[in-house]
Amino acid sequence: MNDTACIEARGLRKAYGSTVALDGIDLRVEPGRILGLLGRNGAGKTTALKAVLGLTPCEGELRVLGRVPWQERHELMADVCFIADVAVLPPWLRISQALDYVAGVHPRFDRAKAERLLSKTSIRRRSRVRELSKGMVTQLHLAIVMAIDAKLLVLDEPTIGLDIVFRKQFYDTLLDDYFDERRAIVIATHQVEEIQNLLTDVVFIDRGRIALECTVDGFDARYAEVVVSNDRLDAARALAPIRERQVLGQSFLLYDGVARSELATLGDVRTPSLSDVFVAVVGSEDAQAGARTA
Amino acid sequence: MNPRAHFYWSIRRELWENRSVWIAPLVLALLIVVAFAAVSDWAEGFRSMLPKAGASQLRMIYMPYGLAASVIVLTGWLVAIFYSLDALSGERRDRSILFWKSMPVSDLTTVLAKAAMPLVVVPAIATLIALGTQLAMLAAGSVVLIVKGLDATPAWTRVPWLHTSIGLLYGTLVHSLWFAPVYSYLLLVSAAVRRATFLWAFMPPFAVMAIEWLAFRTTYFAALLKSRIFGGLVAFEPDALKQPITSLSQLNPGALLSSPALWLGLAFAAACIAVAIRLRRYREPL
Repeated sequence: MNDTACIEARGLRKAYGSTVALDGIDLRVEPGRILGLLGRNGAGKTTALKAVLGLTPCEGELRVLGRVPWQERHELMADVCFIADVAVLPPWLRISQALDYVAGVHPRFDRAKAERLLSKTSIRRRSRVRELSKGMVTQLHLAIVMAIDAKLLVLDEPTIGLDIVFRKQFYDTLLDDYFDERRAIVIATHQVEEIQNLLTDVVFIDRGRIALECTVDGFDARYAEVVVSNDRLDAARALAPIRERQVLGQSFLLYDGVARSELATLGDVRTPSLSDVFVAVVGSEDAQAGARTA
Repeated sequence: MNPRAHFYWSIRRELWENRSVWIAPLVLALLIVVAFAAVSDWAEGFRSMLPKAGASQLRMIYMPYGLAASVIVLTGWLVAIFYSLDALSGERRDRSILFWKSMPVSDLTTVLAKAAMPLVVVPAIATLIALGTQLAMLAAGSVVLIVKGLDATPAWTRVPWLHTSIGLLYGTLVHSLWFAPVYSYLLLVSAAVRRATFLWAFMPPFAVMAIEWLAFRTTYFAALLKSRIFGGLVAFEPDALKQPITSLSQLNPGALLSSPALWLGLAFAAACIAVAIRLRRYREPL
C-alpha cells in the first residue's frame, strides 16, 4: 500500500448480523482532495466513515495515513479530525474549558488560531455549550478542528439542522482558512447542492457499494444535460439518456458519456447538478433491483 | 503523545463535568462550621469537662469535630457512588463520546482517569475538606469560647490533632482499598449499559440472593456482601469505631493487609476496570 494516500481502502466489508452495511468498497483519497461521499440513508456512508476513524472494525484492507484505524485509533487522532454531527460537544463544557482541554491533550492544536477564529463569532469564552445555538456549536467545533493541523478531516453531515447562512459560512471558512494541498477532506452529506462547487472528487455509495466514483472534472466531462424541444425528443431518446424529466413543459435529458458536440444539435447543453446524476445513477439501480425481485 | 498530560487533563475534565464532587462536601462543611459557631451550647459542657481531661473526656471534646469530619467524608462516598454510576454512560447518552474519541487520548487513559475519581480524587477532596472543616471549627469555636470568657487553648492542645488527622487519612485510604471492587463494579455497569445504571447495578445482587435462597435455601451471597460492607473494619482495633479515632493504637493496618478479602477485592476491582476499558475500546461508541 502506498503511504502517501490519506485513505486507502480495498474490499472494505462490514455486516451487522445479516445486514450488509459495506459490501466491498475500494477507496483512495490523496492529500489535496475534497471528497464528497453521497448516498441515501442507510447506504453505508456513516459506516464507511466510522471504519476510517477507527470507531468500528471491518473486513478488508484499510489504511488511514499508513495506520490501521481500528488498532491505532488514538494515535491516528493526532493527525485526523472529525465532526460527527453538530450535537457531540458535551453540553456542560465551557468554551474556555474546551480550548484548555484540547490544548492540553492535542499535540497539533494551535490555540491562538482557535481564539482568532472564535473572535470572529459572537461566542463568549464563559458560555457553556448548552447555552449556544446549534449554529454556534458548529462554529465552535469548526474553530477547534480548524486550529488542529491535521492531515485528514472527516465531516459527517456537519451542517445538518443549520440555516443557510451558517451552512454557507461553514464551507467558506473551511475552504478559505483551512484547506490546502497537504490535507484531505471527506464530507458525507445529503445536502449535495451546497458542496458541489467545493469538491474535487465524488463517490456515490448505494447499498454498501460504490455506485459512482469520479473526479469533479471527470464528472463535468462525462455527464451532460440537454434541454430538448418536443420535436427533437425522439432523436434525443435514441442516444440513450440515463434519465428524463419534464419540468414546466420542457424535457431535460441526462446523458452519461455522450459527446457534447453531438448533444448540442438537440438543444441547450449544460452540466447537470450532482443531485440529478445521483438520482439517475442510484435511482436506476433501484429500478434494476425492482426488476430483479419482480 | 504524553500519557501523563492526557491523564491530568482527563481528571480536569471530570472535575469540570462533575462539580458536585467538591461542591457538595464544601457546602456541607460551610453549614457545619456556621451551625457549630451559632449553636454554642457545647461551650458549657466544654467547661465542665476540662478539669477532668482524661482520655474519655478528650474523646468527648473531639466528638463534634470527629462527627463533622465523618459526615463530610461520608458525603464524598455518596458522591463517588453516583459519579461511578454515570462515569461511562453519561458520555454515551449525550453523544459527547464522539468528541472525546476524536481526541488522541487512549481509552486506557480515559477509563483509568474515571476510575481514579471515586478511588482517589473524590475521597482526597472530601478528606481535605473535612480536615479544613475541623480547623475552621476550632477557630470559630475558639472565638465562641473567648466571647464567653473561657479559655480556648485546651481545645487546641489537649486533642491530639496530628493523630486524629492521620486517623482520618487512614480511614479514607482503607475505604478506597476495601471498597475499590464496589466502585469498579459500578464503573463497569456504567460502561456496559447506557440507561438506568442504578437499577442495573443494584438489581443483580438482589436477584442472585433471591435465586440462591429459592434454589438452595442458603445465604452465602448475602454473607459475602455483608462481609464486603463491614469487613473493612478489620483495619481498626476491635470496638475502635465506637468512639472517634484519637489514638494511633486504634489502627491495625497489619490486619487489613494480611486479609485475603482485601486482595481478592482488589483483584476483582482490577478485572472490572479492565473489562470497562475493553468495552470503551472495542464497542461502537453509540
